[in-house]
Amino acid sequence: MTKRTGVFVCHCGNNIAATVDVARVAKEMGEVEGVIFSKDYVYMCSDPGQSTMANAIKDNKLDSVVVSCCSPTLHEKTFREVTEDGGELNPYRCEIANIREQCAWVHKDKPKATEKALKITKAAIKRVQNNQSLTPIGVPVTKKVMVIGGGVAGIQAALDLANAGLQVVLVEKSPTLGGNMIKLSETFPTLDCSQCILSPKMVEVSKNKNIKLLTQAEVQDVSGFVGNFKVKVRQKAIFVDPELCKICDDCSKVCPTVVKNEYDENLTARRAIFIPFAQAIPATYTLDESSCLGLNPVVCGKCADVCEVGAINYDMRPKIITEDVGAIVVATGFDLYGKENLGEYGMGKYDNVLDGLQFERLCSASGPTGGHVLRPSDHKEPKNVVFIQCAGSRDPESHCAYCSKICCMYTAKHATLYKHHVPDGQAYVFYIDIRSGGKGYEEFVQRSMERDEVMYLRGRVSKVYEQDGKMVVKGVDTISGKNVQIDADMVVLALAMQPSKGTADVAKTLKIGRDKDGFLAEAHPKLRPVESVTAGIFLAGAAQAPKDIPETVCQASAAASKVIALLSKDELMHSPAIAKVRLSHCTGCEMCVQACPYGAISLTGPGAKASVNDVLCEGCGTCQAVCLRAAIDVKNITQLQIHDMINASLGV
Amino acid sequence: MANAVETAKDETGFEPKIVAFLCKWCSSAGSDLAGVSRLQYPSNAVPITIMCSGSMSPMFVLSAFNKGADGVLVSGCHPGDCHYLKGNFFARRKIYLVQKLLQFVGLENDRFRMSWVSAAEGVKFAGVVDEFVKDIKKLGPQTRLKAKR
Repeated sequence: MTKRTGVFVCHCGNNIAATVDVARVAKEMGEVEGVIFSKDYVYMCSDPGQSTMANAIKDNKLDSVVVSCCSPTLHEKTFREVTEDGGELNPYRCEIANIREQCAWVHKDKPKATEKALKITKAAIKRVQNNQSLTPIGVPVTKKVMVIGGGVAGIQAALDLANAGLQVVLVEKSPTLGGNMIKLSETFPTLDCSQCILSPKMVEVSKNKNIKLLTQAEVQDVSGFVGNFKVKVRQKAIFVDPELCKICDDCSKVCPTVVKNEYDENLTARRAIFIPFAQAIPATYTLDESSCLGLNPVVCGKCADVCEVGAINYDMRPKIITEDVGAIVVATGFDLYGKENLGEYGMGKYDNVLDGLQFERLCSASGPTGGHVLRPSDHKEPKNVVFIQCAGSRDPESHCAYCSKICCMYTAKHATLYKHHVPDGQAYVFYIDIRSGGKGYEEFVQRSMERDEVMYLRGRVSKVYEQDGKMVVKGVDTISGKNVQIDADMVVLALAMQPSKGTADVAKTLKIGRDKDGFLAEAHPKLRPVESVTAGIFLAGAAQAPKDIPETVCQASAAASKVIALLSKDELMHSPAIAKVRLSHCTGCEMCVQACPYGAISLTGPGAKASVNDVLCEGCGTCQAVCLRAAIDVKNITQLQIHDMINASLGV
Repeated sequence: MANAVETAKDETGFEPKIVAFLCKWCSSAGSDLAGVSRLQYPSNAVPITIMCSGSMSPMFVLSAFNKGADGVLVSGCHPGDCHYLKGNFFARRKIYLVQKLLQFVGLENDRFRMSWVSAAEGVKFAGVVDEFVKDIKKLGPQTRLKAKR
């Protein structure tokens, strides 16, 4: 037990001092056994506050320190650094008593809050007096990164990482790279062709020697910790050898099975053996097991018969690939809000009600109509098109509460593109607000109104139905205060963005959090926007929140640079607050061995007693709670320390 | 919430002593969020942050009651969301047994409670403490396991 404890009580301006009598806390804590120095100060974390603390440690030869202030998540690191650098004391001799978030901010009654602050601080004193000096454990890092998701976010992150010299494993669920972006026709506000800007990057990925690309693959299991993850990836069998496939198209010509083409948003059909689109990476045909007649030459076998190079092999089986990586970037992207949820707009019921991605395909030169805007029902040019914004967004009662952020801009782009394709047509946009923050964005929206004469109507649409070959759109224009009815040829819904379907599973596998809307949760909304709460796992793109392409690319590069910084060291420091066995008490009963979630404990040595692997142990303490003889403890939060804290908390 | 604090003052002036064991990764962070959101709840529960609800030894519960606690709260991550993979499953099983033990020795059920509060659930945390304090106030001081001195 230490004998020269110092206590520093922070006012946090008025944040703590308004509800806690900080002077009284400092005075009474000065009288606790073993405390020889006690002081309150207005801002302990300020420069003068830190020097006060450093000097007090040195001048009074303190051997343990408590700072009574805000949550340890904020300033534990700060004060431990002061203890080490300024005070020349082992940083693990410093503990934080949280009297702000857990006390001052949640109570109004000053005497009661002060009583509680006294107990919290005394508990921290009792704990720190039995703390040991510890040294972080150096662990070698694997200089390899896994990127999950092959959309623009994953591509950008993988390229940045590979160009920095790191090995990258890029895992994509679908048969090709490109994600949602490759389906777009043009991008706002510059109207540059999406394929033209993304395809070269996809080729760069396939050519980069540092990148290993695994398509049709999904992450199955992750173990380990920052610097040393072990990831199991399951790769589907594609039944075509990419090395041999010459992309001649002979196989799909003879394939008798026709299914909807996902790449064209179900507007066209494809065969069971197909290539998603001409520029797909990897450039190979792939056989979709679920729609093939049976992968059996007796049943069909036509594709294998016509393939001159013999690239098709029905005997391929799924592979489990295990990769050791130091960090993981999650970029699983978005899906559109399910159209089945928007029955009032007739989505899924009428051929001429489309979603934004389907309209992109109609405008795209590589799309189902070769870049001509034609309505799906009769292939005629639509003369009146209604665009409905916030379809599913900003509707907390029935749909998503949040704003999907990019729809205002892509609707303006759709209306503009439509006018370029059909100059004598009329575009109508129903909107709630126009949110066009971004470089050149507002000007783009204005141009669509002025030059392309898009009619913006402020209000919601109540109903869309089909009558005499027209789509009747009933809504309200809240500016004129009148009901509006438009007999349109086509309706396009700007559906809300939501995290892609696999995001929930990936989050669960990786043990990273999601927010209330299902998007991946960042470690701090402002200061750590690309990190997940789990060290070594980073976020990029629309899986974290709705965002447009420039923002996605920014975040992907930011995540990559965080990874580069992390893996630039040869060793990472592992917390030394880990389990320790008291051999004299251990009977080798194996309770802890079975309880340890990390397999960090094994029986070794004479008498087969428990021993802890320093690197694998995360210090959770599950072992100490199962040990019948109290033979195992987590350093600096031992059972004796907790008993002391219980006493202090109860004022005993 | 403010109203609840008002009504919680009962006539006898009994202020229960409660120890709240909070998992560092979820409930402690959730209580931080309650603080940042300036939610108000009674000051009776003194928090002790532990690494994981799975590290919660039954001895801590008995020790707290022995030292005069009127109530003990353990709060961890939602089942399936443990920061340490499966610690809270251990906690859940163990705490069930501790509850049975406490019943057996004649302690009121309401004095020992487990809750699942994530880092995003500041409102839930404040609600859990609020409700727990109210329930303990109804029961009065705990004497069954308190050491006589």
